[in-house]
Amino acid sequence: MKIFKIIFIILIIFYFSPLKANEIELQNKITKNLRCLVCQGQSIYDSDSEFAISLKLLVQNKINQGWSDKQIYNFLTDKYGEWILYDPKLNKNTYFLWFFPILILLFGGVIVLKKFNKH
Amino acid sequence: MIYSSIGYYALIFGLSISLPIFFFSIKNFRGNEIFDSKIISFSFTQFLLVVVSFLCLIMSFVFSDFSNETVFNNSHTTKPLFYKISGTWGNHEGSLLLWLLVLNLFVFIFLLKSRNLPKKYRILTVLFQQIIIIGFFIFLIDSSNPFNYVFPTPSEGLGLNPILQDPALAIHPPVLYLGYVGSSIIFSSALAATCINFITKTWATHIKEWVLISWIFLTLGILLGSIWAYYELGWGGFWFWDPVENVSLMPWLALTTLLHCVLVLEKRSTLTSWVIILSITTFTLSMCGTFLVRSGILNSVHTFANDPERGLFILSFLFLLLVISLFIFFTFHKSDKRGIISFSLFSKETSILINNWLMMYFLSVVLIGTLYPIFLDVISSEQISVGPPFYHKLIIPILIPFLIFMAISTQLKWIKFELDGKIYLIVFFVISLIISYFILDNFGNNLLINIVLIGSAFYLFLVTVRDFLKTKIQNFSQNLSHFGFSLLILSILFNNIFSSEIITNLKVGETFKNEKFEIEFRNLKKFEKQNYISYKGYFLIKENQTKEKLEPELRVYNQPNIITSEADIKTTFLSDKFITINTVQNEEYFNVRYLVKPFMLWIWISVILISLGGTISLFKKKSL
Amino acid sequence: MKRRIISLLIISFFLFVFIIFYQSLNKSSFYKPKSKIKDIPQFVAKSLSSQEEISSKKIFYEDKYYLLNIWASWCVPCRDEHPILVGLSKNKQLEIIGLNYKDNLSNAQKFLNELGNPYRIILIDKDGTKAIEWGAFGVPETFLIFKNKIVKKFIGPLDQSLLNEIEQIIK
Repeated sequence: MKIFKIIFIILIIFYFSPLKANEIELQNKITKNLRCLVCQGQSIYDSDSEFAISLKLLVQNKINQGWSDKQIYNFLTDKYGEWILYDPKLNKNTYFLWFFPILILLFGGVIVLKKFNKH
Repeated sequence: MIYSSIGYYALIFGLSISLPIFFFSIKNFRGNEIFDSKIISFSFTQFLLVVVSFLCLIMSFVFSDFSNETVFNNSHTTKPLFYKISGTWGNHEGSLLLWLLVLNLFVFIFLLKSRNLPKKYRILTVLFQQIIIIGFFIFLIDSSNPFNYVFPTPSEGLGLNPILQDPALAIHPPVLYLGYVGSSIIFSSALAATCINFITKTWATHIKEWVLISWIFLTLGILLGSIWAYYELGWGGFWFWDPVENVSLMPWLALTTLLHCVLVLEKRSTLTSWVIILSITTFTLSMCGTFLVRSGILNSVHTFANDPERGLFILSFLFLLLVISLFIFFTFHKSDKRGIISFSLFSKETSILINNWLMMYFLSVVLIGTLYPIFLDVISSEQISVGPPFYHKLIIPILIPFLIFMAISTQLKWIKFELDGKIYLIVFFVISLIISYFILDNFGNNLLINIVLIGSAFYLFLVTVRDFLKTKIQNFSQNLSHFGFSLLILSILFNNIFSSEIITNLKVGETFKNEKFEIEFRNLKKFEKQNYISYKGYFLIKENQTKEKLEPELRVYNQPNIITSEADIKTTFLSDKFITINTVQNEEYFNVRYLVKPFMLWIWISVILISLGGTISLFKKKSL
Repeated sequence: MKRRIISLLIISFFLFVFIIFYQSLNKSSFYKPKSKIKDIPQFVAKSLSSQEEISSKKIFYEDKYYLLNIWASWCVPCRDEHPILVGLSKNKQLEIIGLNYKDNLSNAQKFLNELGNPYRIILIDKDGTKAIEWGAFGVPETFLIFKNKIVKKFIGPLDQSLLNEIEQIIK
């Protein structure tokens, strides 16, 4: 059991280690996370609409100016709202979204364990 | 014209057959005689009437009868015959008629195949199914009539979106619906069995067939949808966590879990509550999917008609079914605490419980991710999006133990702890991690999470391969499906990690160059086709030592007026080479996307293997 | 007893879900972005007439109302709203600035020759990035500005009722 816990903790630590990325990769990563406002359910990366093309260019310009991905996301959410991000930010609106599945996981685990405490 | 009338009255008449079905079923239920064959006859009549109605709709499409509103909205005289026919179910009304057809077909087949089973069980199943059927009849006739008139008769239809004129997309709905509607029989029969306390081994053996059929079709239906998205939507993706896609994945997750529970029920007569709840859940999710896609709530590439009124009907109907099923569960179900079925902590039963637990977690992630934005918008008027990053972050970490448990569980035995080949299991685990580390390190990607993930998938892969070599034919189908699943995860991971892409702007005659690739835009030619003008680009791609010719296309349609981009894809077992071109407003150059997607073919093959495992299991039962 | 409670809880939960879905049916699924920003962006753009770069500070500095209108010659609704802008340009309390979006310059000139020029200055946004600075995502979009702050944003073409609204505000 202890081994599992240790592996789990190591996984968590490395899971959140930042990706080493060059500029094009960064641009792709950002534009894949942005939602196209004028299309039905496409990312900016995928879309070829006028808005998407302009936004891709803008992201590229900002990266060249040295902006980080967080700064670009904040810049865009200020103008277009949270909806434009595919990765929901963790704030008071989304606590339930992120934590409820984990709660279900833990709850399920408890139920499974309980079945065996009976024996 | 006449087809519309016949079709419409066939529907009305079909609905009226519900009356004799109800009458004779209830009479037979109360009485002491054996099962009344009149019930089968009436079910068959009802089925036949719906067939007639469906055929009439097909005829209206084939003959381009634009006095029919559905045909007018969705067809065109210049459409090829194959797509005129498939256009029948490519729209809201026609697809509902298809739902109804399969509902009737399946209950009729059910009656034929259940002759040896208790009379009351059969009747109750028919009754529950009939409630669903009546709901669909009313929905169709009242708000989604495929046989509405348009007057005066237009000379031409509004045409169908050219993106939807594709063979994979033509078969995708029927296959998917066979899966969805299959779950309706499971639902009806589970409720029926609960009412008369028939959730037993016998019932499990019987229902397993239906679960398998539904599951196989659902798997293949999802596969077809992904293949279509990959070829048609032009950017090399096959799964976008789009709400409509999620809505087909959720019943699949529930159904897979149900399959495993039914297997346990058959062998060990336990997990009855799970089986009933999952049967209800699968069908509810299928219906929920229908609701979400047709109601206009979702913002997606795939959505159908946007009509809130229709949404309200389905919602109410679904709620009604849910209340009925919960009532039945809580009133009639006696949990199996009586005969204590015990099993050790490390037995096969436990591993299936763990499987259920993790699968339900995955299901809840997809469910919450899909529905949360709707809830948030209604409650607080805040609008957010939930996309791939959310699903990846929550699913991938748990996928690792899931794969490992999957590998170990096939080696466990029922009831007691006896692990076959422990040495193999440990050795394979170490080998998997080492292989995975070397592969990833070679490509400069050594995130620990990736190593462990690929390692786990490899682990399952090795264990299942070894099982094939053990010459124990009994579990071949299970092994094949699990093997297919490991192959699927491996293919998806490698595809994800080793894909490369180049996006650039080129004029005709220009060349793009970097260390790995050289892309030359040689020529652009214009062709006139039956219902569009084609602009073909001729490209020469040089990669290391190899040369490849690719010809992506732009199609300008006149009815309706759109431009589509057709990718050219060269598929080999190792990777797909994928290229598209797009015009840019006001500019002379084209936007060119070149993608290298490794192991795409293996993704499709692995899903086919998964469903093949199920198919083999299905036919094996029959030969016994 | 326990079963009753559980079943009641479950049914009320589903009732709650049902109500939420019912409410959501009446909401549009098309997203209208809500911006928190009130300050106008600072930017530099070329002018259509003189081809020289002008800073936004030099345009919006006066103590009067400004209307920034994003338009393009290839945009059909822009044609519909243009006469309203021409009429509005006669109002002395208001100055109309144009932002020409992803357009061909000679087509833009032809558009103005044909339908009139209500703009004091026309700025060029060839690649669409300046429009994004304003939080726009398509054409036409119009911004009512006062003292370097965005008073109101109009998405889509202006019509008579919106015209009245603007005239009311600037009084």
